[in-house]
Amino acid sequence: MPITREDVLKAAELARLALTDSEIELYTKQLQRILNHVEKLSGLSTVGIEPTFFSVAKSGFTLREDSQEASAPREGALQNAPQSERGCFKVPKIIE
Amino acid sequence: MSRQEENLFLTSLTIRELRGLLLKKEVTSREITDAYLSRISALDPRINAYVTVTHDEAVKKAVECDAAIARGAQSPLLGIPISIKDIFTTAGTRTTCSSLMLKDFIPSYDATVVRRLKQAGAVMLGKTNMDEFAMGSSTENSAFMKTKNPWAIDRVPGGSSGGSAAAVAAGLCAASVGTDTGGSIRQPASLCGVVGLKPTYGRVSRYGMIAFASSLDQAGPIAKDAEDAAIMLGVISGKDSLDSTSEAMPVPDYASLIKGGIRGIRIGIPDEYFVQGMDKEVETLINNAIGVLRGLGAEPVRITLPHTEYAVSVYYLVATAEASSNLARYDGVRYGHRSEKGRNLMEMYKHTRDEGFGAEVKRRIMLGTYSLSAGYYDAYYKKASQVRTLIKNDFEAAFAKCDIIITPTSPTPAFKFGEKVLDPLTMYLSDIFTISCNLAGIPGASVPCGFTDKGLPVGLQILGREFDEATILKAAYAYEQATQLTKKRPAL
Repeated sequence: MPITREDVLKAAELARLALTDSEIELYTKQLQRILNHVEKLSGLSTVGIEPTFFSVAKSGFTLREDSQEASAPREGALQNAPQSERGCFKVPKIIE
Repeated sequence: MSRQEENLFLTSLTIRELRGLLLKKEVTSREITDAYLSRISALDPRINAYVTVTHDEAVKKAVECDAAIARGAQSPLLGIPISIKDIFTTAGTRTTCSSLMLKDFIPSYDATVVRRLKQAGAVMLGKTNMDEFAMGSSTENSAFMKTKNPWAIDRVPGGSSGGSAAAVAAGLCAASVGTDTGGSIRQPASLCGVVGLKPTYGRVSRYGMIAFASSLDQAGPIAKDAEDAAIMLGVISGKDSLDSTSEAMPVPDYASLIKGGIRGIRIGIPDEYFVQGMDKEVETLINNAIGVLRGLGAEPVRITLPHTEYAVSVYYLVATAEASSNLARYDGVRYGHRSEKGRNLMEMYKHTRDEGFGAEVKRRIMLGTYSLSAGYYDAYYKKASQVRTLIKNDFEAAFAKCDIIITPTSPTPAFKFGEKVLDPLTMYLSDIFTISCNLAGIPGASVPCGFTDKGLPVGLQILGREFDEATILKAAYAYEQATQLTKKRPAL
């Protein structure tokens, strides 16, 4: 499948990446090469084959007991925040 | 012995040898730790294995270990200095993932692997360099520095756990822990001439291991020999309530299980892994290794893994899809880099991510986002996940005929800096022998099997059945006892 500059711009928007023009150009070319390579998958019939999303062994996912436990202390959670105020994460303006 | 000779001697020993000296009170943990720290200050400016050296904490822990040894305490790694890939969170110690995004990130908790190593008495010397967010096969994608291969300073150590493998090979730690999503423990172990093991998916907890591709990521040891890898694996394995994908299988005493010999073990040789275009020297060394294993009583059998040619494609769709989702958390809000640019929240996100991530990370996020986006999901991610089932089935069928599978770890020995980094696809293809193992969830190891004419190490890959790390290590142990190849150290 050919990948266009618009496809790359759309993916960058979805991925929240402010790419420069030269990055857009480079990634368009490089993604095209990689996608050409993976194109060989389409030649393989997978009708009726269940997808494997996780290589979980025999026991499958196990859920822990739903019990009350202490959570991480607030100061620990906030210690790496670029900006915090009154025990909360602070972010730039959301609505103009 | 002069102090220098003494240091050289101590830093060349294995965990087992160091434990022997510690228990006989012939040396203290403080002395071993000091020997490693002075070797790091002398040599690491040339090797660049460490992002962070935790000098003071290491000395403090060593002193505690010596007091514990004096009290008669016993634990598998008591007083042994190790390094930790900078992808595992360490409480109070900077954890960067070799990314500008986490340049100043100080976790408030230890990864389960780290907690278990510390509880077993390990002395942490520091955090090792890696490809940013574990994306790469040469450690050239580190945002901070290039790690050199201790066997040839102008060549890469492999990746992504290149700092760990180089540190073990150069005698800058007794052992290390890395992570492996598509070969990131085994390939650098191969290129640096040390032993690396990727355990079965679920064998080791991923809690506190910074996520790249959650269905493939697994932590494992990088060590000087198979016995040390077995000791390390025993410490880090086991169910963890903080990782729902960790398995409640009993953890065997790997270190004692590996000594049984390999008479009668069937070793599968896959047709698809011995193809044209393989480096001639690598091919010869692997064939010699098969001969050695046969001499030890193992029975080679030809097997087939027919979907091998699709593995790289499947991997780069699955791993990037998972990465694009996992790396969405780096938004400049709760931790990590935040851009000064942007007038509102959305612009802040975009600039933060553009500034914080390197080129390879962005490329993979872009590929993953694209292949998961509306209209492409079925053709790419779902298709790849179906082919993943076929690859998994290939291994199940093969393991009906053999007990372990032998392949080269990497198609080539260590390559030069810059040789592949400009062409992502060529770099991706260098993972061709290691990737299937992660897709199938099975364990795999790389053990040294000789040197090229230029003196570059080559690794033999041994794959095993789910949760059968013991048989892999048994073969590795028998092989290294026969060849003594893990005794070789680079001249530095």
